[in-house]
Amino acid sequence: MDSQWIPRGLQRTSFPRFLAWILPWAGLLAWGLFGAALCLIEGLNQTNMDNRFAFGLWIYLDLTIIAFGAGAFFTGFLLYLLRREALRPVINSAVVLGLICYSGAIIVLMVDVGQPLRAWFTFWHPNTHSMLTEVTFCLTCYLTVLLIEYVPVLLKNRQFRRIPKMLVFEFELHKLMPILAGVGAFLSFFHQGSLGGLYGVMQGRPFAFREAIGIWPTTFFLFILSAMAAGPSFLIVTTRLVESLTKKRLVDDRALRTLGRISGFMLAGYLALKAIDTLVWINATSPGAGFPAYEYYERASFGTWILFLEIGVFGVLPALLLLSRHTREHRGWLLTAAGLVLSGIALNRFVLTIQTLALPTLTFDPFLSYVPSWQEVATFTAVVAYGVLLYSLSYRYLPLFPQERELAQS
Amino acid sequence: MPARYGMVIDLDRCTGCGNCTVACAVENNIPPGPPGVTDRTGITWMRVYEADNGEGFPETQSAFVPVMCMQCEEHTPCVSVCPQNAVEVDPETGIVGQIPERCLGCRYCMAACPYHARYFNWWDPKWPEGMEKTLNPDVSPRMRGVAEKCNFCHGRLHTAREKAAAAGNAAIDPADYVPACVESCPTQAIVFGDLNDPASEVAKLSRDERAFRFLSRLGTEPKVSYLSSRAWVRSLADRVLARDQKEEARG
Repeated sequence: MDSQWIPRGLQRTSFPRFLAWILPWAGLLAWGLFGAALCLIEGLNQTNMDNRFAFGLWIYLDLTIIAFGAGAFFTGFLLYLLRREALRPVINSAVVLGLICYSGAIIVLMVDVGQPLRAWFTFWHPNTHSMLTEVTFCLTCYLTVLLIEYVPVLLKNRQFRRIPKMLVFEFELHKLMPILAGVGAFLSFFHQGSLGGLYGVMQGRPFAFREAIGIWPTTFFLFILSAMAAGPSFLIVTTRLVESLTKKRLVDDRALRTLGRISGFMLAGYLALKAIDTLVWINATSPGAGFPAYEYYERASFGTWILFLEIGVFGVLPALLLLSRHTREHRGWLLTAAGLVLSGIALNRFVLTIQTLALPTLTFDPFLSYVPSWQEVATFTAVVAYGVLLYSLSYRYLPLFPQERELAQS
Repeated sequence: MPARYGMVIDLDRCTGCGNCTVACAVENNIPPGPPGVTDRTGITWMRVYEADNGEGFPETQSAFVPVMCMQCEEHTPCVSVCPQNAVEVDPETGIVGQIPERCLGCRYCMAACPYHARYFNWWDPKWPEGMEKTLNPDVSPRMRGVAEKCNFCHGRLHTAREKAAAAGNAAIDPADYVPACVESCPTQAIVFGDLNDPASEVAKLSRDERAFRFLSRLGTEPKVSYLSSRAWVRSLADRVLARDQKEEARG
């Protein structure tokens, strides 16, 4: 039925089976859009956020998926600027995943703010001292870069390739890729960092506040490094997931091992800096602000186990697995390690968003908890469904994995 | 010299009656809470907390602590984080003001505020039929989806300025600018005025040996101080002090 749109020489499932795959996701998308519409029409009283939990599930997951989407800028930087050709087999997939993660995060942000129609005010009345201004500018610009980077992937579709002008356009866009990769890397360094800076500058929240290096708090640098560790791991996990769903080999092991090694190096660097940062925070920054650090971990739900889980099980362990050639070359261990990296980064974003707000600052104020409402869950489910649908359509109609044909033949 | 408005609250006088909270809500057109509102989603620019000394009967002692925007002077957390300059410190008064018409509703200021003194309009503001007659014409109600907080009854400052201008005076009479909470307190526990005027009562009380400020080690220089002659009440100022006080009590 749609065979004319499927890339030449590639095997895809039948259209009815593809429809059976996407329909449930479309249903989830519709349910999520209903939840989001309620929030937009009735107001944010539809959520379980409150005056203490000013941020909730959405901001936590936004930060997480933006870190996961870092594979797009980091892979582009390594491939086009540092000439790591081993990463070429995953670059198209990285761009699509980046586009999904960033556009999804921005869609959720538009529901999360109380006055979405005033989003442009940040460009009109920018507070240049605010980390959120930096985030807004860089995210918007980088999403534009990702959209431009997606165009040549889109133009690889069989039907577009029949149009000579499109071929010329695609060729010209390819020439721009190193520039776009450079711009993307520059913007991403800043927005990944300023997302961390969002918390690190909060002088009134000693659980999150960190000392500055230059003009940025340490969380600025920690977020950059952790995103650079998470991005390649996310590519490993998604590629393996697509391979298992399609029952095909799409990328040779060399590319994924390279990603694993890069992720391991970045994670090790991140952990080293985080260890120093945590020690300084526990011994100097927090007590200096009138907050003994051990008190943060006196609540049953946020004991010290959370710190050890993040740094040990989700940090040191995957770093060792990824830095060791023996385990990296084992497909199972590589996937396990990548999954642990992602869990660690997700936990880090959770701690910074939710634990920061749950902990009271005033001595007579209670510790509070928060459970998201179904509207919040639904809205984020819509973003996941949107991501699955866009990726599924891209996989079906575009040659996302350049090695797919060659690997199928071998 | 520009004014630097501040407040001193005597916790030994506060009975926790909540009059200040009600007067604040009426003065500043804070709408009645809709069905489903909780103490975590309602708007109370001035909120009275209850604290105790942690001792069992008969040694138990309580204190009531009215908390509102502390009008931080240095590194004002809400000002520096707002992405679109919707929070400003007035250099003429030192009052931290909110511009609801410019607010995006991102709530970053609420996350950044150490005193949990900022509130979000989770609902459309609605007054039951007849109650709209109680609206204060000097204060604009805020719309859904924006943050708000205490501004030391800025509407009253405008009125005082208009009165001074009409009389041909450049400066306002301090007696004309008194926030609603100060005016309504039956025990006169709240004192308001210009901290830059060394002769003012507020300036004198802020230097009193019983005076302390909450979370002062954060370095945000709040312009609201508290008074208490009880050591355990003063130790509520921050967690290090509270811990030391507990250890001292245990011997």
